[in-house]
Amino acid sequence: MTEDFAVPEVKLAGVSKSYGGRLVLDAMDLCVAKGDFVTLIGPSGCGKSTVLKLISGLTAASAGTIQVDGMLSRNARQTISYIFQDATLLPWRTVRQNVGLGLELEGVTARKREQKTAALLDLVGLSHVAKAYPRELSGGMKMRVSIARALATSPRLLLMDEPFAALDEMARDRLNEELLRLRDEQKWTAVFVTHSVAEAVFLSTRIVVLAPNPGRIHAVLPVGLPWPRTAALRTAPGFESLVARVSHALREALTS
Amino acid sequence: MKSRLITLANAAAVFAALLAIWQLVLWIFHVPPYMLPSPWAVARAVVSRFPSLVGALAITTAEAGGGLIASVAVGVVIALMFAQSRWVRRMLYPYTILLQTVPIVAIAPLILMWVGAGTAAVTLIAFIISLAPVIANTTQGLISVEENLVHLFLMHNASPSQLLFKLRLPHAVPSLFVGIRIASGIAVIGAITGELYAGSSRVGQGGLGYSILYASSQLQTDYLFALVLAATVLGFAFFFLVMFLEWYFLHRWHESARTSEAE
Repeated sequence: MTEDFAVPEVKLAGVSKSYGGRLVLDAMDLCVAKGDFVTLIGPSGCGKSTVLKLISGLTAASAGTIQVDGMLSRNARQTISYIFQDATLLPWRTVRQNVGLGLELEGVTARKREQKTAALLDLVGLSHVAKAYPRELSGGMKMRVSIARALATSPRLLLMDEPFAALDEMARDRLNEELLRLRDEQKWTAVFVTHSVAEAVFLSTRIVVLAPNPGRIHAVLPVGLPWPRTAALRTAPGFESLVARVSHALREALTS
Repeated sequence: MKSRLITLANAAAVFAALLAIWQLVLWIFHVPPYMLPSPWAVARAVVSRFPSLVGALAITTAEAGGGLIASVAVGVVIALMFAQSRWVRRMLYPYTILLQTVPIVAIAPLILMWVGAGTAAVTLIAFIISLAPVIANTTQGLISVEENLVHLFLMHNASPSQLLFKLRLPHAVPSLFVGIRIASGIAVIGAITGELYAGSSRVGQGGLGYSILYASSQLQTDYLFALVLAATVLGFAFFFLVMFLEWYFLHRWHESARTSEAE
């Protein structure tokens, strides 16, 4: 796995972004290696979500270059999945149909879709609600459907924009553990956005602290906590000290 | 179920009270029957003139129904065009407002001149008058899709037709039903109003509007009341049919179903 980490999956070089003349991201350089789990954290308005949109090609950079697996991000979309802050499920589709949406749009046959969605629903523990509609699910279940949908197309890069922000702490912790279990099984690279320091420390291999006005990298903190990570890690002394370091960096970023 | 029965019983009680007040007014003020017939006289007119009443009702139903179906079909197509670009909307939307604001009585003589009196003219009037709410609501549903859902589709390199048929159109279905619900009432009003002007191509045969005009000229006030009653029943029938279709298509997934369950 270590040798894979040397090959960059995502590379941002001097990337800036302006909206209507206002600079929101200033000359960002960022390299995400294969298998990395990079979390972007920072105060509101520091451009965290903008970075994800730039990597996904949903918005174009005002300056600089972005490469995903050596390609322009727009051309690499088949290898990328995006999980949004809300579950973004289609309410008129059942859970199974929602999970299979990406495959359907990409022209995968119904039989293959069926097999893949069944396996993924099993993986996220939602086989029993396959025929339910989103309005019948809890917030946590909706987010698990959203994760299953994102994984259905076998992405190599997963972009997640505060996916668990709307959940209570218990549901968030449980989904954090589930996310790492899925990552262990499927070996994707992740760029994750959150406001929660504890979540960032628990999930990441690296934490990128962003400063606002305009958005820029303030600090990059490696997370050397052992793998696999379980709930017990949250009470380990190393975890607490890392949380304190990241919180300190965040406070600095606000005043820098 | 129990609450529905209570609602029905309440409605029946109000209806009975209204009939009683009506009869009392007749007794107290000695109103002549040609001015205000008794509820009993209206009931008798319904029974004795039942075949012609049903005939008139059937004609108006066909005209209003035809106009409504045409307005839904054409309205959805126009809304799909409007949803394609802001430029198209800006250019053509004012004409939709025109449909809503031009009084139908003003254009009825023109339609009569172009199409001739009869069912076709009335159906056309019902269509014109019920088109605007279908276009306005469906367009709103098509263009108000959450940005992240569009992004989700773009991330899978969705084609414009996939975006339209797998996202925008299903998203617009609840709004479409709001439009149809409004249009259903207007179509009935439009058909009856149209019949006042262009109701029949043959003397003695026409829908409710035409028959109302005829009964009025003959001072058949009891039959006129029976016709008004039939028009009300028709309006209700259209409204409840659309409500049923809305429930049928949306109850499994749409939040409106949850609201009605909670109530």
